[in-house]
Amino acid sequence: MAVAAGKLTALATRRMGRGGTSLPGLVAERIDPQLLRHICRQLGYGSVVVTGTNGKTTTSRMLAAAAAAAGFHVLHNRSGSNLMRGLTTTAVAGAGVGGTLSNANGRLGVFEVDEATLPQAVTALQPRAVIFTNLFRDQLDRYGEVDSIAAIWRRALERLDNSSTIVLNADDPSVASLAEVWSGQVLGFGVDDVSHAAETEHAADSRWCPACGSEYLYTALYFGHIGLWSCPGCNRRRIPPAVSATQVKLEPSGVSRAKFSTPQGRVSLDLPLGGLYNVYNALAAMAGALAAQLPLAAVTTALEGTDAAFGRQERMVVRGRDVHMLLCKNPAGANQILRLLAAESGAQHLLILLNDDVADGRDISWIWDVDYESLAGTVDSVVVSGRRADDMALRLKYAGLEHMLVVEPNPRLAVERALTLVPEGCRLFVLPTYTAMLTVREHLAGLAGRSHFWEG
Amino acid sequence: MNLYGDRGNIYCLRERCAARGIVLDVDDVGLGDDLDVQSYDLAFMGGGQDREQRRIGEDLLERKGGPIRDAVASGMPVLTVCGGYQMMGRYYQAADGGRLPGLEIFAMETIHPGDDVPRCIGNIEIDWERGDLVGFENHGGRTYLDRDAVPLGRVSAGYGNNGEDETEGCRYLNAFGTYLHGSLLPKNPALADLIIGLAVERKYGSAELSPLDDSVELAAHRSAVSIARRDSHRRLRQDAAVDRLRRLTRAALSVRRHARAR
Repeated sequence: MAVAAGKLTALATRRMGRGGTSLPGLVAERIDPQLLRHICRQLGYGSVVVTGTNGKTTTSRMLAAAAAAAGFHVLHNRSGSNLMRGLTTTAVAGAGVGGTLSNANGRLGVFEVDEATLPQAVTALQPRAVIFTNLFRDQLDRYGEVDSIAAIWRRALERLDNSSTIVLNADDPSVASLAEVWSGQVLGFGVDDVSHAAETEHAADSRWCPACGSEYLYTALYFGHIGLWSCPGCNRRRIPPAVSATQVKLEPSGVSRAKFSTPQGRVSLDLPLGGLYNVYNALAAMAGALAAQLPLAAVTTALEGTDAAFGRQERMVVRGRDVHMLLCKNPAGANQILRLLAAESGAQHLLILLNDDVADGRDISWIWDVDYESLAGTVDSVVVSGRRADDMALRLKYAGLEHMLVVEPNPRLAVERALTLVPEGCRLFVLPTYTAMLTVREHLAGLAGRSHFWEG
Repeated sequence: MNLYGDRGNIYCLRERCAARGIVLDVDDVGLGDDLDVQSYDLAFMGGGQDREQRRIGEDLLERKGGPIRDAVASGMPVLTVCGGYQMMGRYYQAADGGRLPGLEIFAMETIHPGDDVPRCIGNIEIDWERGDLVGFENHGGRTYLDRDAVPLGRVSAGYGNNGEDETEGCRYLNAFGTYLHGSLLPKNPALADLIIGLAVERKYGSAELSPLDDSVELAAHRSAVSIARRDSHRRLRQDAAVDRLRRLTRAALSVRRHARAR
């Protein structure tokens, strides 16, 4: 009954032209709160959960692709709808009206899960592996403090059966410390290439050890608080990870090359995604795949064929312009994207959209921790949009871009404006927050003739 | 402590000074550093998590407390936001009940009612002596001013110090405390200029700041104000709706009881 209601809702919302990525689940959940558990218990190969501040969608998409390459049927909340109702929507879509999962025996579940939702998700899914990508300050207004997410995660681990494996970013001290409260298998991943060490970046929010209060020392700091860390106070330190990337080369064309080392062997990879943070996503997916006992060959095939997770780093051609969508939702992620842009040659035309809906983070103070100053002198045009366009315009005034600001709060009009400022054949970089991305993508996809996002 | 985009305040002060030909030198004074208050004209203390507040608490009181009190008494403008603001009071009582003694500069205390009580989060607008201030608040602690303490302003939309008495922030001499971030100063240029003016006057005897083109600032200010008001109306409507529903339910239940009794 619950499944039927869910499917009807999904049909209805699609007809109305809405996304339908979480309402069906909400409806089904109301009727049968155990529906997700019931459906996912049927997964022949169990499930893997991906959580963390940044990289959930890209990592889970890479992992799902690896599973498909290995011959599995995958149940995956592809659109990125990652609260309980989003997971339930995905489960409903994969099940028949009687609640039976199709192709159950050959199925692996891959679920990205919102950080605060991990305890409920773990209880319902009892996944065989949980991947923790990183922990950054994100959406302060939702969680209040970074520390509360760490506490929520520890609670989630209490509910996880210790036959499961936790997959941890060894370079993130906030994540790596989860190994201390886990009695089961731990698989670490990280980058072993000190040539990528950076100057201090402002967005660090967790450079102090929660156990003894000392400030972490870094032999190499990659970005934010991610790097080769140690605590001088209590002698905790980064444990060399089993899955690591060395000889990392980040090409400006948006390709990353690296040598990956794993317990199953070594492999060189060309990733069609730019930025060190995507190397981390690849590492996380690789480690997660190995924890789920997928063959390394399947993982490498999938990673090399990666298409950007919708909206995160997506490209499309619109009216002869090469449009890149780069989701910016917190200081750490935004700074990474700006670094990527700084390494690009050629004209830079930007469209920056700032919304403050719940899913974007209602507190927009974070824009003051992003180094937009790096854009001054390198940018040819900037259009600013979104509900908080005026705040972003003020931020960019301080960054030295006042003379070229075009403020257009309406996202669709802003897209049109931005496109006119870009010569044909050139690139437009769109930097939206989450809900702005949904709006812009919808509009651009319409212009480019792309499919609607929920079929993504 | 610098968690909520507080560096926007520093940028604002520096740029608005530079626009008037004043060079603002900024020093980060950290844990374990001594504070030579004589060599400064302005002080800023930002926000942080409970954990960070505990860490700096001892150093703040013992090393920096005296110098900061001297600075305030001498009329130095001191701006404190969120966690920094809380530390300016008599004490901060954390969610677990533990009390952190404060600097006792503001006549107030702050109590965190525990994690079961919703935090005060949202866009906020307050009326103050020179118009209105707008920003975003995010605090669990509820601050209660003494009867004779002077708030920074009165809440028009949002929670303010405690969500009950409509006060926001505190002012004593030229020390300011507030829960507003966003950052605070960039879109509240009047407050930024007040603080700069006080610092210049204290150092040079008089201050006349040339007016700046604040059209971008004021546009951001205006849209933030209308968002704060809209959020507040929505909250009031929701509260009223919940209230109505509760009364209706109660009425319905009592009618049933009546009918049964007969």
